[in-house]
Amino acid sequence: MTAGTTTGTTTPSAGRAFLAVLQRDVFVTGKELPTFLAQVLVQPFFFLLVFVTVLGRAGFVAPDYGAIMLPGLLALNALFGSLQAVAFPLVFEFSYSREIEDRLLAPMPVALVAVEKMLFATLRGVLASVLMVPIGLLMVDVSWPAAGLLPAFVMVVVGAVLGAALGMVIGTSVPARRINVLFALVFTPLLFTGSVQYPWLTLEGLPWFQVLSALNPLTYVSEGVRAALVPQVPHLPLWLCLVVAVTASAVLGVLGIRGFLRRALD
Amino acid sequence: MTDGSAAVEVVDLVKRYPKSTTNAVDGLSFTVGRGEVFGLLGPNGAGKTTTVGVLTTRVLPTGGRARVAGLDVVADSVAVRSRLAVVPQRVNLDRSLNVRDNLVFHAAYHGVGRAERARRADALLERMGLTEKARELVDELSGGQSQRVMIARGLMHRPEVLFLDEPSTGLDPQARLFVHDQVRALRAEGVTVVLTTHDMDEAAKLSDRVGIVDHGRLLALDTPAALMRSLPGSATVEVTVRGSGSGSGSGSGDGHGAALQEVPGVVRVEWLAAPAGGPDPSATPGATNGAAVAAVQDAAVARLRLYVEADPAELVGPVVALLAARGASVADLALGAPSLEDVFISLTGRELR
Repeated sequence: MTAGTTTGTTTPSAGRAFLAVLQRDVFVTGKELPTFLAQVLVQPFFFLLVFVTVLGRAGFVAPDYGAIMLPGLLALNALFGSLQAVAFPLVFEFSYSREIEDRLLAPMPVALVAVEKMLFATLRGVLASVLMVPIGLLMVDVSWPAAGLLPAFVMVVVGAVLGAALGMVIGTSVPARRINVLFALVFTPLLFTGSVQYPWLTLEGLPWFQVLSALNPLTYVSEGVRAALVPQVPHLPLWLCLVVAVTASAVLGVLGIRGFLRRALD
Repeated sequence: MTDGSAAVEVVDLVKRYPKSTTNAVDGLSFTVGRGEVFGLLGPNGAGKTTTVGVLTTRVLPTGGRARVAGLDVVADSVAVRSRLAVVPQRVNLDRSLNVRDNLVFHAAYHGVGRAERARRADALLERMGLTEKARELVDELSGGQSQRVMIARGLMHRPEVLFLDEPSTGLDPQARLFVHDQVRALRAEGVTVVLTTHDMDEAAKLSDRVGIVDHGRLLALDTPAALMRSLPGSATVEVTVRGSGSGSGSGSGDGHGAALQEVPGVVRVEWLAAPAGGPDPSATPGATNGAAVAAVQDAAVARLRLYVEADPAELVGPVVALLAARGASVADLALGAPSLEDVFISLTGRELR
């Protein structure tokens, strides 16, 4: 070997490094496919099973409740699928495992490492949402308008971006020893105030909860997917959902990248 | 030097962490030549890790500047990262990948083509004795094996400068020797190696030059040999003498000791006990000067330790010649050089950190 003796070596391109890091994430997800599928599909499956099949059969919920809940679950899967793909690994990579160090030393700007994480998480979120569709169609009787499919997909993508940005903020601000607090104080409220299980407009008689739900960005993703797929159910206008979700993604994305730089560089 | 010919160049480097009242690195300057093995020594908290952090683009300096391979670590951080490699003290391998994939993906991050990175990975696994472990997950490796993987990973993109942080902490002697051999091999290949350590023997063995740092400042910088020579009077010559000193004609009664004191380079003479079971029972162990002199003059065997300020080897001739001229013979002779640890302790003190 003649390592190090060459002078004037050209610096490899940042784009190439970015793609290689993305390739690493795709490779690892491919190797851990069963875990990935379980992570994204088990919870929404049980939601449908209990709320639609079990309670529906017993007559505790209306027969068309499944059609209302399924779009909410698609939104939930997009947002949580990508949030989890960023937040958990990041918490550990910055503390116990330090695995991220090799990528931080790759020849590309440090912020691009954060962008790659969010891009990859977005892909996972979209996949988690799309994989939920056949399960939902098997368990719930739905008739989605063809014209709503593309807007719904756009909303799912935006939801996944939003989840990735939120995951970046959480992953860079929560120390590893506090990770159990995440479930109690962040994930559970996010899950139950995001208009996943109810249309937001039906909360008029419960103003405090309506306000709380309006503060949860997941609400706009759920309402947006619902507006596209089940337009007959009362919903927030699609454009409003898009504007809020995109704005929230941008703000959280910037905060997340700043948090990442703070953690990556002393 | 500002022409970029140095592998590492640190000028007036200052780092103060937020919320800290003191500088972790406080006006540090040094240069590492290309192909040199440079040891950065210091107690815990001396600023070694921060300095290496700045050089490896992970810590942003508060003041001063630092260049690696001729490139500024702040302004050209991306390019700098392609010229250096880091082998950290703590394992930071990618646990989702097996050993070989750790190497292959690292090279991919650095833009090495597919066929080339496969070839390099196999060659480095072979060189590090890890071919058998290629498909194992990194969680299953021992500490020494993990470190070899990290060294191999660092070499995948052929860095110009390799930073080794505490390379043999926690390794067994075999693993430590292997790492030492690798450092020497890298030096032979022209790779610059910067190692931080508080293992003095390791630093003395491997480094061309050593910088001793404490409280963020450079206390000394030289070759290990020069640093050890710089401690005056800490090199020693121990000599076991057989035979009377009375025949020398000095007649003054203080015998060999006083005579040896006059040899140029000798700072001080100390009388040691006569060896146990020596021929003369009257050579009292632990004797004070006068008694010991008397014992020696009774033709017994005794030992003296000379503290010298020169290279002790240079005093062997004069000491033997002088004793011979005094009618005594040298039964045994041992040279003691000060260790780097003596230098380190004399510079940084004995206080616990």
